[in-house]
Amino acid sequence: MKLLLTGNEAAAEAAIQAGCRYYYGYPITPQNELINYMSVRMPEVGGTFIQAESEIAAINMVYGSAAAGARTMTSSSSPGISLKQEGMSYLAGSELPCVIVNIQRGGPGLGDISASQADYFQAVKGGGHGDYHTIVLAPSSAQEMANLVYDAFDLADKYRNPVLILGDAQIGQLMEPVEFNKKPKKNLPVKNWALTGAEGRERRIIKSFYPVKGQLEEFNAHLQRKYKLIEEHEVRYEAINIHEADIVLVAYGTSARICKEVVKKSLRFNFKVGMIRPITLWPFPKEITRKLSESVQCILTVEMSAGQMVEDVRLAVEGRCPVHFYGRTGGGVPTSSEIIRKIVEILPDNSEVNTLLQLVEAK
Amino acid sequence: MTEKIILAGFGGQGMMLLGKLLAQAAMVDGKYVTFFPSYGTEVRGGTAVYHLIISTEEIFSPLIEEADILIVMNQPSYQKYKDMLKHDGLLIMNSSMIKPDDSPVPEAKTYKVPATEIASKLGNVLVSNIVILGAYLAIKRLFSTNQILNQLNAVLKGKKSDLFTINKQALESGIEAINHSKTC
Amino acid sequence: MQTIYEKPKTLIDTSTHFCPGCGHGIVLRLIAEIIDAWGIRGKTIGLAPVGCAVLAYNYLDIDMCEAAHGRPPAVATGIKRVHPDNIVFAYQGDGDLAAIGTAEIIHAANRGENITFIFVNNAVYGMTNGQMAPTTLPGQRTATTPAGRDSANYGYPIRICELLAVLDGTSYIERVSLSSPENIRKTKKALEKGFTTQLEKKGFSLIEILSPCPIYWRMDANESMKYIDEDMTRIFPLGVVKDWTQKN
Repeated sequence: MKLLLTGNEAAAEAAIQAGCRYYYGYPITPQNELINYMSVRMPEVGGTFIQAESEIAAINMVYGSAAAGARTMTSSSSPGISLKQEGMSYLAGSELPCVIVNIQRGGPGLGDISASQADYFQAVKGGGHGDYHTIVLAPSSAQEMANLVYDAFDLADKYRNPVLILGDAQIGQLMEPVEFNKKPKKNLPVKNWALTGAEGRERRIIKSFYPVKGQLEEFNAHLQRKYKLIEEHEVRYEAINIHEADIVLVAYGTSARICKEVVKKSLRFNFKVGMIRPITLWPFPKEITRKLSESVQCILTVEMSAGQMVEDVRLAVEGRCPVHFYGRTGGGVPTSSEIIRKIVEILPDNSEVNTLLQLVEAK
Repeated sequence: MTEKIILAGFGGQGMMLLGKLLAQAAMVDGKYVTFFPSYGTEVRGGTAVYHLIISTEEIFSPLIEEADILIVMNQPSYQKYKDMLKHDGLLIMNSSMIKPDDSPVPEAKTYKVPATEIASKLGNVLVSNIVILGAYLAIKRLFSTNQILNQLNAVLKGKKSDLFTINKQALESGIEAINHSKTC
Repeated sequence: MQTIYEKPKTLIDTSTHFCPGCGHGIVLRLIAEIIDAWGIRGKTIGLAPVGCAVLAYNYLDIDMCEAAHGRPPAVATGIKRVHPDNIVFAYQGDGDLAAIGTAEIIHAANRGENITFIFVNNAVYGMTNGQMAPTTLPGQRTATTPAGRDSANYGYPIRICELLAVLDGTSYIERVSLSSPENIRKTKKALEKGFTTQLEKKGFSLIEILSPCPIYWRMDANESMKYIDEDMTRIFPLGVVKDWTQKN
């Protein structure tokens, strides 16, 4: 059955469906529908809902419930996610599975409450202190929000690692039809590390402190091996019209929806626009990006930021083709005509300019 | 078929519900639909605007740059959003609260429905949104009355079920208002 | 031969990392004694703070969890909500509980979390080489108050027990000390009462323990005990501050 839900509500319900029974949050626009939904649903399913005194407390409650072996989640928006970074570093350092949702808003500082993708660096490069990664998933619709939140719990358990859902105000607020049809995953590892009380067994310790010289380096090596495994197995992206494309757009989330419109418009003309939509931002779809750089005239990255993901695109391309950037900041959402005008501007071969300008007018 | 509708009124005039009823009817009808509500600091009393897109094809941006239809419930909403309507678009306004003569939208097909007045006569000013919804149904015929009534039933089940009758009357009054009036 | 004294089984046989004359070893031993005597090793989960007691899990043979600095009350909440029938205690120092973690302890108390908090107050930051703590006494010299804590500039020692007792969510709060065998016996009784409070699901309990830090107090062991009795207890009076078993 389909339900008309906001992305925020879809995230909350998907968590419930995935067996999350411990939610800790703190109100912040534009993710309030998520915490509100949880306050109603958690008691219905016999779960725990706490409105914490702060984002810091919320992420640490998540840490506790994860250490105790439960599926657990928190959510917030950009300024609140900044506060959670300490906890996220500890979660990664203690290898605790959990899901964190960031419905990004404009920054820096208090910024505003409109959609933004300016937390990309924070999300994929660590955010907190130390050499660590969270798995980062980027939905571009309410339905995909539901699917990815569900998958996030499996990924978290599979790798004993925090998973971050990187949405934005538009994905969070937008209402779309959503279906919950995911099936529980089998063969997830048993949580033989969880704290339950050491009845009849050796005691367990959840920690990230390694004071004996050499131990921490060994632990970091273990983390890096795990991250490599994730990079090898968990990359996800959507590729549209990339074969024979003259130019490829790279965009995620809300920006990707707009880019998809450009791709669709271009189908009516000779000039071929393809697109890559990373679904995992970490691990980033490096391989496909590198491959494309050998066949296209150039790549255009579109973001609602001053240019963050474009750095990962360039790292993947390694100079094989020009990588351009178009971005809006401070609540601005790119339009399809803006993107087409940008394509006209950057195109090495301008024989198609007139065709493209027709695209701007195309409805 | 793609229909881009902007709904605006002051917070409390029920634009959220109006849009949601249409969106749900569209969803049940198997159409693609996006409904993007305004959110944030100004809610009660301020201008609330909603972007609703119903289509037989995949919808990309849920934000409307140029609306096919503008439904406005009060003067400030009309002033603020009339320029977003495409030049030959469709304008449905609550004439109880809007004087369009100050700055008309020249080529738009305009329907004036005294929704607040009609709702008051029915006994509850809060159903003015449903009167307007009725008007929209009579003009566009995208959904049958029954499709909308089913959604209303779902929304009003439980504690609010006694409100169903007046909402049904409001819907019918809106339809009637269009069927008995001439286009301006 | 009759055994009249032995190491508690729950206390791990390892060399200590605590400084000479430190009180932490005594408190950890008391906790181990209670766990042994009550046979609750299998259902107890402990929280270690950041600070001198971060390595508490090196000494206690039970399931334990580390928490970021000041966050044990939030982490303990997350654990206790998953395992409401386990005994969950958080072991925290004065910097952890009364400075960086003030919000977490106040709100755990205010929610009436059914958790036992063991608050070791030695009025100084030992782990980082002796800086001022929120509980440092007026006039007390530390690495960051070299001329002594001047309240005009550095504020006053925080009385956590009295602060938390006014919250409706708290059930049992007592301040004890380690300054003498008699006081150590009282400390053990207070810890038992804290665990009892939790077992009977009566809610939030906190035991503040005045504990010596001879190294950073720049005293010998005897002077430290005297300092607790004569100076610390003037600011931090011993006794029950709140008790659910005594109806007022």
